[in-house]
Amino acid sequence: MTVLDRPTGVSAPGPSMPRRGAGLLLRWWRRLTAMRTAIILLFLLALAAVPGSLLPQRSLSQNNVNTYFTDHPTLAPVLDRLYLFDVFSSPWFAAVYLLLFVSLIGCVLPRGLEHARAMGAAPPPAPRTLTRLPDSGRLPTELPAGEALDVVEEELRVRRFRVVRRAGELSAEKGYLKETGNVLFHLSLIALLLGLAGGKLWGYEGSILVTEGQGFCNSFQQYDTYSSGPLVDSADLTPLCIDLADFRAEYEPNLTASSFTAGITYGPPGEKGRPATIGVNHPLRVDGDRVYVTGHGFSPTFTVTAPDGTTFRDVSQPFLPTDQSTMSSEGALKLPDLGADGDKQLALQGFFAPTGVVRGGILTSVDPRPLVPQVAIVAYQGYLGLDSGIPQSVYSLDPSQIERGRLERVGAANLEVGQSLALPDGTSITFSGYREFASLQFSHDPGQVWVLGAAIALLAGLLGMLLLRRERVFARAAPDEDGGGSVLTVASLTRGSGESGPRFAALSDDLRTALDARTRTPHPQTGGPPRDS
Amino acid sequence: MTPDQSLAELSDHLFTVGVALYSLAVVVFCAQLAFGRRPALVGAGAPVLDPVADPDVESERGRRWGLAAMALTVLGAVAQAGVLVTRGLATDRLPWGNMYEFATATVLVAVVAYILLALRSPGLRHIGVFVLAPVVLALVLIGLFLYAEAGPLVAALRSYWLAIHVTTAILGFGIFFVSGIASVLYLVRIRSDAREQEARAAGEPVADGIVSRLPAAASLDRVAHRTAVFGFPIWTFAVIAGAIWAESAWGRFWGWDPKETWAFIAWVVYAGYLHARTTAGWRGQPAAWVNVVGLVVMVFNLLFVNMVSTGLHSYAGVG
Ligand code: HEM
Repeated sequence: MTVLDRPTGVSAPGPSMPRRGAGLLLRWWRRLTAMRTAIILLFLLALAAVPGSLLPQRSLSQNNVNTYFTDHPTLAPVLDRLYLFDVFSSPWFAAVYLLLFVSLIGCVLPRGLEHARAMGAAPPPAPRTLTRLPDSGRLPTELPAGEALDVVEEELRVRRFRVVRRAGELSAEKGYLKETGNVLFHLSLIALLLGLAGGKLWGYEGSILVTEGQGFCNSFQQYDTYSSGPLVDSADLTPLCIDLADFRAEYEPNLTASSFTAGITYGPPGEKGRPATIGVNHPLRVDGDRVYVTGHGFSPTFTVTAPDGTTFRDVSQPFLPTDQSTMSSEGALKLPDLGADGDKQLALQGFFAPTGVVRGGILTSVDPRPLVPQVAIVAYQGYLGLDSGIPQSVYSLDPSQIERGRLERVGAANLEVGQSLALPDGTSITFSGYREFASLQFSHDPGQVWVLGAAIALLAGLLGMLLLRRERVFARAAPDEDGGGSVLTVASLTRGSGESGPRFAALSDDLRTALDARTRTPHPQTGGPPRDS
Repeated sequence: MTPDQSLAELSDHLFTVGVALYSLAVVVFCAQLAFGRRPALVGAGAPVLDPVADPDVESERGRRWGLAAMALTVLGAVAQAGVLVTRGLATDRLPWGNMYEFATATVLVAVVAYILLALRSPGLRHIGVFVLAPVVLALVLIGLFLYAEAGPLVAALRSYWLAIHVTTAILGFGIFFVSGIASVLYLVRIRSDAREQEARAAGEPVADGIVSRLPAAASLDRVAHRTAVFGFPIWTFAVIAGAIWAESAWGRFWGWDPKETWAFIAWVVYAGYLHARTTAGWRGQPAAWVNVVGLVVMVFNLLFVNMVSTGLHSYAGVG
């Protein structure tokens, strides 16, 4: 089906340039909004999404992208120039879906308008040759033409057709909702895209690691990482602070994680917060914003005593889990304030095992639960380079500082809780325990509700469009040449699910029965007044 | 909780029983195709009859073989349903918590969809071998490569959305599976019809292979379209439900995770198929090819994306 019956004679090529330009434009517009183009664009869209799933994407994992760059040093920059690591925000992906949506709008708006008009209008007159329609048949009857059509009208009205009588013929239609469904579905797609766009423009998201007993407030300065839409004003962020009271991970006997829950308090800054429990599948929802637990881990704590007696009690830093099944974690602790002259700064590179086992001097973790927490640490002293202006990860030491000999390895040990490592200069490092931390994510997406509404409308439209049937029935009655009766020609045109043949046969049978019944009882009570008397 | 071992073992045995029954059904379906011909119909010049429109073309013997094969298929489906029920009982949860269970359930939906279709139009018994042979192959591969011990669910999957999202995804996938096979058979049938016509025009004898026992091209195309029309809203719903779940589980309703991306690609391809079916120039073979591409995308999404790429959708315990 080529969608709409548009007038074919495009405006005759006029003499003036502007008119010729307009004609060209019009031709392009028609080509763009043709169904054929829509199909091609749909395939292009599917094809365009493919590299987004095969190549690492920045939006999913900057780390994987970095790894790809190291593994393919010549190829990666080329791919990057083609936006292949940002497929879903690339100009060419946008070009495909915007073209598709322009085509969609050009297609569905005229169709919607036409449908709105058709909703109120009478079914169209019967085609001249009814027998050309997919289903048609002849029904001779002894009734005069007008009465025969009365019978057909009655039968069709019982079947909830909209019926119009014209001289000697009848048109009937039902299933307008199918077309309504089609228009609703396609319009919902547009609404969905607008909702997505709104969310991208005005939405933001921030992530932060919070150790038990600590908290954060919703502002971009506090987040470890955040992303925000171009129209977000950082002064307008929802004023909300979250404190993590405690975190609990529970496990099945076979060590499958069964639940993560974080006990938090939340509220506006400066107020005493309200308590809540959040966890996997159960975010906190306040005023359209959401707070999620996206991960967890351990922050080992250390007590460090310098030779001069200065003590740092229970300093800690989150260690990032490297293996979710055993929660082996790695991290670093930097103490730039130790050693007044700046060349006796202390740093620990460490490995944390919630349930540690030492084999051959190597510490591994065998259980994600903190049953026998242990750490393996390597201590360095020297200059950390924190004030050199080059940003450093808080989870690892800068290896170039070690290579250049600015940081010197001064000791290493596997420690259980309470055990200490003594450094040559007399500094003592005690593994004093651990706290749990949770990765929390704060999300604000004002388009989300729109998208949900559009998705529901889309589904409703889809069901209407696919499951309903649109059916037109035409009948024409002509006086029988040889007798007193007449011959009815009935035909139908169906669009939509199922086969029309059997249904038309059933209709014909019912008409036959009704006609015969009327012939036997000439003055039925149910019959309407004769129309053409 | 710890899974009930005896139930888990029963489940594994039922898997084997199911595969055995389906394999037997394949053999009997073959017998139906091979022995079920009416002698009068064989030979050049015989009218091309449509078994769907005209079930009488089949001999009584063929009809009985067909019924037996259907009975075996139904028994196989019962055994396969047993696999999932016992798994569910053993672990006290919905039995689609890992790829083994998900894939088994999908194949079951495909078989049940086929059984329902074949009950409504007996002519479709003739495609039984082409549905069940891939089913047996799929199940063997699932048993070999995807098998996972009965076990509890990972935390992220403990949500009633598992029931909603995964169940509808399985339903949609199973239905698309049947639709895709119907389109493949349609394409095969169209080719052989064309070849037959050529041969007839050239006055050569017409080969009477198994393909000529398939339902007519038009019926296959209709089956493919109708199942796709049925599957599409279900798939749409599954994707929407997935997005709603992702919103509460992962902090965003859509993030172009590989699984999401391929679900989207499949959705777009099937939308393309439905459009193609109603567009001049695309009806018939081009549309059928689109449907086949849709099936390939679905299978790719199940196998490649789950096993090779890493995403949030990682089901626990592959292999
Ligand atoms: C975003 C892309 C689109 C999607 C996902 C989409 C999806 C669909 C679906 C699923 C159907 C149901 C097919 C059926 O009735 O069997 C449909 C029907 C239809 N679409 Fe689209 N569509 C899109 C874009 C377009 C565009 C751009 C046009 C106009 C050129 C269009 C015109 C139509 C028409 C006329 C029908 C009705 C076909 C019929 O009634 O038989 N669609 N669409």
